[in-house]
Amino acid sequence: MRVLIPSALHSYTRSGQVEACGATLDEVLFDLDRQYPGLRFRVIDEQRRVRRHIRLFVNGVSASALSQAMQPTDEVIIVQALSGG
Amino acid sequence: MTTTALLVATRKGAWIFRADARRTNWTVDGPLFLGHIISHLVLDPRDQTTLLAAAKTGHLGPTIFRSTDWGVSWQEAAQPPAFAQAPEGETGRAVDHIFWLTPAHRNEPGVWYAGTSPQGLFRSADGGVSWAPFSSINDDLRYREWMGSEKDGTPDGPKLHSIIVDPRDPAHLYFGMSGGGVHESVDGGKTWRVLIAGMEVVDGYGFDAANPAFHDPHCLRLCPSNSDRLYQQNHCGIYRLDRPSETWIRIGRNMPKEVGDIGFPMTVHPRDDDTAWVSRCGRALVPTAGRRSTRPVTVAKAGSARMRACRRSRHGGRSSGRRCAATAMIRWGFTLARRAANCG
Repeated sequence: MRVLIPSALHSYTRSGQVEACGATLDEVLFDLDRQYPGLRFRVIDEQRRVRRHIRLFVNGVSASALSQAMQPTDEVIIVQALSGG
Repeated sequence: MTTTALLVATRKGAWIFRADARRTNWTVDGPLFLGHIISHLVLDPRDQTTLLAAAKTGHLGPTIFRSTDWGVSWQEAAQPPAFAQAPEGETGRAVDHIFWLTPAHRNEPGVWYAGTSPQGLFRSADGGVSWAPFSSINDDLRYREWMGSEKDGTPDGPKLHSIIVDPRDPAHLYFGMSGGGVHESVDGGKTWRVLIAGMEVVDGYGFDAANPAFHDPHCLRLCPSNSDRLYQQNHCGIYRLDRPSETWIRIGRNMPKEVGDIGFPMTVHPRDDDTAWVSRCGRALVPTAGRRSTRPVTVAKAGSARMRACRRSRHGGRSSGRRCAATAMIRWGFTLARRAANCG
């Protein structure tokens, strides 16, 4: 499936759009980490929580949980929340 | 190879300033990691090659980058510091940022320690590639109480810092928790004991000075010329400790009022254990020692625009000396100056 990558993570992917697979959102993120080592931990913490200023969208809808089931035709967007000052 | 370099870590990236042997001509590399919050940038004094940078951004989680070519290229740690995953149904802690990096003893090549916020202690045995929780304190209920939560202490969370290794004994360790007191281990981190006697707490709130949670050390330094002497910057004073004594002596009351008996950075003289520099609001980095050193480099820390003055103390703090425009100085082998912001 297609995954849109925010600019803060381009140092890993060298691209704003990559392909990944997985039956759940969690598996998709693990697949991304397999392809781009280190990426997952910048987005998901060691307690398997999405980091505070990151949002995950599936087909344009905010993801409710990492266990969310995924289809190969889905699109994932990793978003940097607008925050800070 | 240059003879002197200044490693500067800031909330907006990092820079490496290099000087010729006379320190008259400087060049700058950077910004490195533009936009990253670099809490600490440290050169390994043992190989004088490996650089570690503690990094995060406003959005992304914390990590550590390594360089073995003076910052030309960087590799991310394969396993950055991270707390153990909590059992199902429990809320575990997650590292927000890595605040402190310390190379271990010279006889332990490749070993490093890291301090984090929320407060935790971590160790790497492979030059910073992979990290694991170190000792039992991260999950010790008593320590967890002293460590507080992210709502205690500094605006971006309490920090474990000033990890010090006794150059005579790799098993003899110190660290500070802001807040949470000063702690010492003589068995390589298997057990720790509190080292807060003599340290004062904020008046008027009924705080118990015997409770480490009420102590807020900002910076600890071990004198390179005397491994039995430590200095401390604290929210409640400037202190000196001469081992084997376990009682800190408050020396900050001798400070001029405009500087104050409080601050963040503290720098000790490389050869004279009676001389130290403190700074509440200094704004310049001035190398005041190590001029004759031909060994390659070090030093590092982010300065702060809010710093204004620095005061040197002589005679072990029994009196305060002249004002100087320094917040740090260079000594052989490793990072000395301490970041002024964020801790405390």
